Amino acid sequence: MDFQSCVNINKEWDIVGARQIGRDFARKIGFGTVDQARIATAISELARNIYLYAGTGKICFETIEEIDRKGLVILAMDDGPGIAEISKVMEDGYSTSGGLGAGLPGVKRLMDEFDIISEQEKGTKIKAVKWVR
Amino acid sequence: MNTLNLDLSNYRDLLKQYIRTQDETALYQAEQFSKLSMQQNISPEEIINVHIQALQDLYPELPEGIESSMNFLLEAMISYGLAYQEFQSLREQQLALKSEISVAASMQQTLLTTVKPEVEGLEIGAISIPANQMNGDYHHFVQNDDNKLGIAIADVIGKGIPAALAMSMIKYSMDSIPENRMDPSNILESLNRVVERNVDPSMFITMFYGLYDPGDEKFYYSSAGHEPGFYYNAAEDKFEEIEARGVVLGVTRDTKYRQYERKVNPGDMIIMLTDGVTECRQGDRFIEPEEVLDVIKANMHLPAQKLVEQVYKHFERLQDFHLRDDFTLIILRKEV
Repeated sequence: MDFQSCVNINKEWDIVGARQIGRDFARKIGFGTVDQARIATAISELARNIYLYAGTGKICFETIEEIDRKGLVILAMDDGPGIAEISKVMEDGYSTSGGLGAGLPGVKRLMDEFDIISEQEKGTKIKAVKWVR
Repeated sequence: MNTLNLDLSNYRDLLKQYIRTQDETALYQAEQFSKLSMQQNISPEEIINVHIQALQDLYPELPEGIESSMNFLLEAMISYGLAYQEFQSLREQQLALKSEISVAASMQQTLLTTVKPEVEGLEIGAISIPANQMNGDYHHFVQNDDNKLGIAIADVIGKGIPAALAMSMIKYSMDSIPENRMDPSNILESLNRVVERNVDPSMFITMFYGLYDPGDEKFYYSSAGHEPGFYYNAAEDKFEEIEARGVVLGVTRDTKYRQYERKVNPGDMIIMLTDGVTECRQGDRFIEPEEVLDVIKANMHLPAQKLVEQVYKHFERLQDFHLRDDFTLIILRKEV
């Protein structure tokens, strides 16, 4: 897939950059204020995960257009340690209990589609899609 | 009062009404609006969004700073919305777990069910109430062909599901003990071997086993570290502790249990219980064993079953209707 725009995540400050670019995309595609805020929050969670657990990685954005709908794809990729038990991190209350934030279940709720591929010692790839309502 | 709709025009009208009149009615309707929103899983950021739009409708010349500030607030509410959704889904999971446990609890009820037998010249009262859904106490009546009555009462140290599982094992082991070996000491010795082999050493099971023989009117009993019961001597109108020594089940394979006996006279009572009775708490204070006896004494005129129920009711109320431990009380009374 040829992504229109990517942001490298190396330091905490890059989370803000990713949010900004994602929000600009969302606005242009035609998302309302509430959805823009949700998309920005999802980007924060994904970028923070990269920053905290993988160290470095990137977040890419792409517009998708189908015959009857338009949406935004967010792709988060890293070459970090990977997630050993995906079902565990997707459980409600697993990451939030420590007050760390919405976690991946939160991202899933904020977006319409969510997919995750992770291999230990190789890295993690998360794809999330939101459609304009 | 009109039924509320969750739409923008409705919210705008309510807001307008409130701004104009500062009226409590509008505020009450705002409360209704908020409840309705929760019912329909509307998150806080969406309400703020409705608020922003209503403001823009009502004040087209809204200063720019106000509008930005509202967007700022919306952003700040996103995580609350997520937390609320997570809470909803955890609540659903909790309900699912609860119903699973209640299925297990009713299965346990079926497994451990025991029928209070009719024995001539003997009145029997028994009550067993779990603190949580699953009962870690156990009692069982066995009536042999020769009309002897066996009574088992046991307590697993610990509560809930692990305790309940251990109890089911005890029940089935007891069922497999041959009828000619139903002496209290024999029973405890064979159960001890079962527990020693099958139960984690960190789990303790205490048990009292009594056998009443209407032939010689004697009560035979042994105890495996169980909470001592009481004997009521009617002739002297006095309670005494039933002394019986023995270690808890499962400590060592070849434990021997001593068997005791005593003659039961008309009007005498044998009181067997678990520590959920004697360790009732009133606030932070554990009750004294005498308090149990006082309550029994005060209700002694009642039939045995009514008597145990009254005692339970008394301590249930004393503990603000919230049991901290499983409560089992059995009273045998020889009819006068």
